[in-house]
Amino acid sequence: MSTCPQYIVDYMHEYLDGDISREHEQQLKKHLQVCSDCQQHMHELSDTIAFVKSAAHITAPPHFEEMVMKRLPKHKNRVGVQRWFRQHPIIVAAAVFFLFMSATLLSSYPNDEFSFTAKPNLIVDGQTVIVPEGEVVEGDIVVKNGDIVIEGAVNGNVTVINGQYMASTSVVTGQIEEIDQVFEWLWYEIKDMANDFMALFEK
Amino acid sequence: MDALVNKRIKQVLKGDQNAFSDIVSLYQHKLYQICYRMLGNKQEAEDIAQEAFVRAYINLHTFDQKRKFSTWLFRIATNLCIDRIRKKKPDYYLDAEVPGTDGLDMYSHIPASEQLPEETVEKMELQDRIQYEISRLPDKYRSVIVLKYIEELSLQEISEILDMPLGTVKTRIHRGREALRKQLNNL
Ligand SMILES: [Zn+2]
Repeated sequence: MSTCPQYIVDYMHEYLDGDISREHEQQLKKHLQVCSDCQQHMHELSDTIAFVKSAAHITAPPHFEEMVMKRLPKHKNRVGVQRWFRQHPIIVAAAVFFLFMSATLLSSYPNDEFSFTAKPNLIVDGQTVIVPEGEVVEGDIVVKNGDIVIEGAVNGNVTVINGQYMASTSVVTGQIEEIDQVFEWLWYEIKDMANDFMALFEK
Repeated sequence: MDALVNKRIKQVLKGDQNAFSDIVSLYQHKLYQICYRMLGNKQEAEDIAQEAFVRAYINLHTFDQKRKFSTWLFRIATNLCIDRIRKKKPDYYLDAEVPGTDGLDMYSHIPASEQLPEETVEKMELQDRIQYEISRLPDKYRSVIVLKYIEELSLQEISEILDMPLGTVKTRIHRGREALRKQLNNL
């Protein structure tokens, strides 16, 4: 094959690319008729092409499209989000309000320190607040992280946070609440704020 | 198809991200196939093909709608594949750096890990063997051979995808065919 001119191989490739001139094609054919080495070379090239072309078609794995969509940057969608905000002002307002509230309220969620509303006639025994028998407490009592025992009377609401309310024959003119969990605490605070809020208008 | 694609492109450019999913759906298999044939690894092919779509999405405003979208998209993908292949190279350049090997020809630019013993190669299933032979091609020949014989694209399209003159594409295809022929007959 070393005796064969390089252009014969070039013509083979031109032929395989389908852009061989008639002149080159004739020269190639003539040469292949007399040269078995080049004939062999040409066969091998054709076989090589057939080999690569027999590669099976490959398809993308399932969920490919979904995965691409997930990978797209989200900022271009802002137009849509803004539109949604404009269409649902109440939901947005409520969400903002709730976020605002919970941030404020959680910061006021009780720590484990024992505390209670100071009243002149209350007795404290350890972490228990006692309204003694025969005594009448004027106003609301809030006990945090402690219990309350009411033997007398309370002229107002009683709220126990993280503690127990113990009474049998007592007299409480307002409401009695025991609060043990964050959400209840949140609810309590919200009601409280709402009451304050309403009070503003009632005045 | 081009009309539909251009319609979707306009929608995406107006901010409708979901319109892009039709574009992905239309080209996902071709794009994945190019990446798989170039990289020879399913995980990498999936990652790079996805990345190509993401890049296309981000740069969609730069696409000239008078041109063929697939050409532009395939160009992004082949560039990513070539980058990925080149990033892997230092590993085997180190392996190949043995004294007295300065005159390495292109056929020795094959990762050592990919050169399998003859016995193993002979026992391969046809499809595995095809992928193995493609993966042994130097990347500049691999890309043209994949685009020409697997994607069956015209030389003109390949020249646009790879951003190189038609003459260079032809030369690479010729050399790629010769390289493959030698690989197949060296056994
Ligand atoms: Zn000859």
